[in-house]
Amino acid sequence: MRTKIFQGMFVAIGVAFLAAASLCGAQEMESHIGSLTGHSNDGTKLYKRYCFYCHGQYGDGAGENAAWIEPKPRDFTAATFKCRSTTTGFLPTDEDLYKSIARGFSNSNMPPWAPLSNQNRADLVAYIKTFSPRWKTEKPAEVLVVPSEPPVNIESISHGHELFEKLECWKCHGQEGRGDGPSASTLTDSKDQPIRPYNFAGGANDSRFKCGSENADIYKIFMTGVDGTPMPSFGDVIKPNDAWDLVHFLRTLQVNRKSKENEVLKAAGGKLLPEKPAPPAPEAPAAPDAKAPGSR
Amino acid sequence: MSIKQTSMVAALLMACPALMFGAGTVKGKVTFTGTPVKQKPIDMSKEPSCAKQYPTPPTTQTIVTGEGDTLENVVVYISAGAPDETTAPTQAVTFEQKGCRYMPHVLAMRVNQELKVVNSDQTSHNIHPLAKVNREWNKSQPPGTPPLSEKFDKEEFISVKCNVHPWMRGYFAVLKTSHYDVSKDNGSFALPNLPPGKYTLTAWHEDYGTQTADVMIAGSETKNVNFAFKAKAF
Repeated sequence: MRTKIFQGMFVAIGVAFLAAASLCGAQEMESHIGSLTGHSNDGTKLYKRYCFYCHGQYGDGAGENAAWIEPKPRDFTAATFKCRSTTTGFLPTDEDLYKSIARGFSNSNMPPWAPLSNQNRADLVAYIKTFSPRWKTEKPAEVLVVPSEPPVNIESISHGHELFEKLECWKCHGQEGRGDGPSASTLTDSKDQPIRPYNFAGGANDSRFKCGSENADIYKIFMTGVDGTPMPSFGDVIKPNDAWDLVHFLRTLQVNRKSKENEVLKAAGGKLLPEKPAPPAPEAPAAPDAKAPGSR
Repeated sequence: MSIKQTSMVAALLMACPALMFGAGTVKGKVTFTGTPVKQKPIDMSKEPSCAKQYPTPPTTQTIVTGEGDTLENVVVYISAGAPDETTAPTQAVTFEQKGCRYMPHVLAMRVNQELKVVNSDQTSHNIHPLAKVNREWNKSQPPGTPPLSEKFDKEEFISVKCNVHPWMRGYFAVLKTSHYDVSKDNGSFALPNLPPGKYTLTAWHEDYGTQTADVMIAGSETKNVNFAFKAKAF
């Protein structure tokens, strides 16, 4: 009888062990960045060494430093990421996360982690993906294709300004891009924390955006949106050439930055071209029995 | 009747018990007790194109009441007892931004049903559903642009906001069942076409939370179920 009990216990322990092993296995993730493959198991120690104190043990952004940090550390369990090359609402690519770790986030406590090796960063990307089941269940999102950039000229900058007005970017960013638009003081992020719009005019020659410093990065920012913040995606409402014009105008708002756009604007005497009048709407053919309004 | 016709009728009856045994209806009213918080007038002065649409400033819509202490914008749905319905209706539901407010304030829809978002205003809005279970997206919609088309693939009550106009708040109720209604200005709701069975009804309000009630439908009958929420003082 006693032997049977022991046998039963061994079987139960074995089943529990296998179940635990398979559960742990289910959490293993990989990342793929070019020829690099990251492994979450290798990312565990790195996370505990470098990320844990802000992003927390469970990746929920509730590390012991979080209380002292503004903006708050990212909550990886929500799997909502600011810097993506994918459509709003979708997961970023592994490469998006890899670049974010290397670049860090300006105006926040997240430093550039460039001193880490490429493999380390790839392993960390894989580890970050263990915090949300979305990485297992969702299909890879479509990646935004950034077309080649047209030349910068005063026409493109001026048209970009028209779009800045028409799309009402100024309501948050302000007419001069100083982050002081009429809605600026009321903005909150998805966790109801106050958040300020980007101040284009702040910073020096090296001023950059949260999601990169190249013109293609600006293009991506407003086409995909900055998820988890009030900055929406304009991908459904701006055509690629118009988007580049907007990029060229936004560069001129970075008044302290040396840029091709600022040189072109300066060469034009600092003046934008007047807005082109909208083409007249085509006249609808009059119906044969059409009557003047109000006639009987 | 041919064998083919007979078998088709039998299949139809098996697929839809309501046809076989008759369909019941649950209807009732949603009311509140106590004194609800008075809704605040919205200051739209920063958005003149919307402000001018109202002779007097409109109020917030968190608590909308009617005569006889009735409560509007309560989602009443079958939360248990009915099978999950996986096929979404082909007809889209519409969420309109008009006068810098959402119409309707609470929009119920089915999982994977098409949602059309319309901007009828002369200003840009951004539609930002703060989903926790579904994907959280955020899209700009300038005036004159075509409706946005989206859908949610999981059941969830989702708060929606426009970041540019912070007073704009609404809700999406994404449901797995086709048996739902949103209470009208007189607090009434009706869930028709219920096959015989035992059901749990849930009533959800954005501020007052949820209440449930069990109901048994035996055949072609109408059962009355009322919900009374206790108003919050603050």
